[in-house]
Amino acid sequence: MTPTIPPHQLQLTPQGQLRHFLTTEGLSTELLTEILDTAESFVSVGKQAVKKVPLLRGKTVVNLFFEASTRTRTTFELAAKRLSADVLNINISTSATSKGESLMDMLWNLEAMDSDMFVVRHEASGAPHFIAEHVTPTVAVINAGDGRHAHPTQAMLDMYTIRRHKGDFRNLKVAIVGDVLHSRVARSQVHALRGLNVGEVRVIGPKTLIPTDFDTLGAKIYYDMVKGLKDVDVVIMLRLQKERMQSALLPSESEFYRLYGLTTEKLAFAKPDAIVMHPGPINRGVEIESAVADCSQSVILQQVNYGIAVRMAVLSMAMSGQTDMQNALEGGDA
Amino acid sequence: MDFSRPQFNQRIVIRNGRVIDPKQVLDQKADVYIADGVIASIGDAPVGFKPDLEFDANNMLVIPGAVDLCARVREPGQTQKGNIHTETHAAAAAGITHLCCPPDTNPVLDTRAVAALIQERAYQSGYAHVMPIGALTRGLEGEQLSEMHALREAGCIGVSQLRRPVKDSQVLMRCLEYASTFDLIVFFQSEDQSISPRGGMHAGPTATRLGLPGIPESAETIALSRDLLLVEQTGVQAHFGQISCARSVELIANAQALGLKVTADVAVHQLYLTDNMIDGFNSAYHVRPPARTEADRQALIDGVKSGVISMLCSDHQPHEAAAKAEPFPTTEAGISAFSHFLPLSYELVSQGVLSESEWVQRIAMNPAHLIGLDAGHLGVGSNANLCVFDPNMEWTLKKENVYSQGKNTPFLGRTMPGRVELTLRDGTISFRRG
Repeated sequence: MTPTIPPHQLQLTPQGQLRHFLTTEGLSTELLTEILDTAESFVSVGKQAVKKVPLLRGKTVVNLFFEASTRTRTTFELAAKRLSADVLNINISTSATSKGESLMDMLWNLEAMDSDMFVVRHEASGAPHFIAEHVTPTVAVINAGDGRHAHPTQAMLDMYTIRRHKGDFRNLKVAIVGDVLHSRVARSQVHALRGLNVGEVRVIGPKTLIPTDFDTLGAKIYYDMVKGLKDVDVVIMLRLQKERMQSALLPSESEFYRLYGLTTEKLAFAKPDAIVMHPGPINRGVEIESAVADCSQSVILQQVNYGIAVRMAVLSMAMSGQTDMQNALEGGDA
Repeated sequence: MDFSRPQFNQRIVIRNGRVIDPKQVLDQKADVYIADGVIASIGDAPVGFKPDLEFDANNMLVIPGAVDLCARVREPGQTQKGNIHTETHAAAAAGITHLCCPPDTNPVLDTRAVAALIQERAYQSGYAHVMPIGALTRGLEGEQLSEMHALREAGCIGVSQLRRPVKDSQVLMRCLEYASTFDLIVFFQSEDQSISPRGGMHAGPTATRLGLPGIPESAETIALSRDLLLVEQTGVQAHFGQISCARSVELIANAQALGLKVTADVAVHQLYLTDNMIDGFNSAYHVRPPARTEADRQALIDGVKSGVISMLCSDHQPHEAAAKAEPFPTTEAGISAFSHFLPLSYELVSQGVLSESEWVQRIAMNPAHLIGLDAGHLGVGSNANLCVFDPNMEWTLKKENVYSQGKNTPFLGRTMPGRVELTLRDGTISFRRG
């Protein structure tokens, strides 16, 4: 049969180092912890007068964004620049593919410019995987969000935030609330939490927004917000897009807010010291009450701040894995 | 129009093969003599027979040429994927002598002109008979009746709407009534498009993990149920092609038990693929209907064994490389299927699912019978459409040995049990290995 390489195998070197970063699925506890530890070491860089380290000096990082994004792209750009890389931003919706150029042709052109790393966001699930399989093997591919599949750097910065506030994952109960169906973030969070041996991970939402067989990923499914929030340490709210009302997934914003919006009253069912997270951008009054978003338990703004350090960690680790693999291959050939 | 006369007549003898023809209840080692395009004799040589060609089929099977109920030849309109010349040549190399071409050509096969063009091209190529299936509705748009009677006169062996929707049940009912007026077979590929997202795969754990849109089995069973009820009401002869799940086998079996004129086929790849194989976003596995669960796969095999599914087709859909070189959701669905059609259907024999005779019934005799073709058997005096298959020859499928212009198959690298060595179309050699 035609060999099929699952994303979590494609992204590792034979020694188990990262060479691409496509998904949090299948990563070992050690590797996930290494990403968090590396991020920790980069947090201080942002506080220095000279906010740069030379790890990616002379490397070219291309931000390939097929889908609009401000925060993710800018944090990747800052992360790459703080690692001393040259950064090229390409916004594809106004570029080649709208002129009929195929993805393959475009990639070959970018390769010809001797890029070292592609940071990819694409509306099709599996696009970064496809690119990693088809570009020159020396280019590292970082997934900045693909369809409904994965958003691994977002998930890792969420893990970093949780660790900062809660320490050990093993006794934690984490609830992810809302539109899990369309959420690449939720999938990546569940894989990362499982990889970090979290005590329990729950997803909460109506059946229309929970994907088929989601329990096979290792999450407990709750349709009742109050039951689902009982005694949790972490509440992660997901963004609800307005177009979901049109596609017969929900009757109205107000009914969703009444049932699954995070209000002060509902948050009271979680542990008293529970933290509230949101990958942003938030819809106040749709999935989260304004007062909750701004309360002392909310760590939403800190998440954004940690994003740069986590992305620096992933970029430097993937580049180093990729370089080691190339050196090993050249050594092997000689 | 009559394209059935052979062009060249060689006298051929195929010696020592195991000749299998379920229609004559024949399964014995014998020589087969071919002259003037027809089978002149099986067993003893006709008086004064002097062969131009002798083929030694010792330890091989001599069977009727396969009759494939669903294969895209991509002409007219999609010649970047294949054309009648390349695809009928690939069909001959796969032991197929007759194939039915669905109406989603460009322009749509809803006029005599397109039907005539296809048959004429096939006749010029000479590798296989191509029998068009006309569009059930004009332009396949699901709104107005096509000129079904004219299409039949132009050589169409039936009509089909394929997977295109007919939203209005009254339109579908009228179509079936009209088709049954002229005893036309309607070929269904039941699918409710509203719950069958493009770029999707079977709704299950793998689709959820990969974040790909899920196609539930109800996408097939809802449409199949409506279709069966209207078939019952209108009395039209219906054939359900390429079913994909256990529930569909059940629904078909129930309809047959009620005495409806309902038959079904399954694509051979559906008996081998399951949804978890798509784990790495591999677009070679992107196919409609999607590969489903192991339980569905088993139920389809059971259906083939019991005869509820009495036919096997290839559902051949060649694509150019670029159509598959994209992220999974934006690739085109379909498998280039001729290469594995005979070997993987024969594997059911080695697995003990079918006897050799039952295998030949499902790939040749039953489909020929359905469409009223004097083929799918080895009757003396009939046109010599046959194939010599070596069941002992194992080989590995590689891009280089895919005859079709489309190399899009998930079976690359797989060992194939058995190989086509010789194919005759109306007594003329349409394929010979070597």
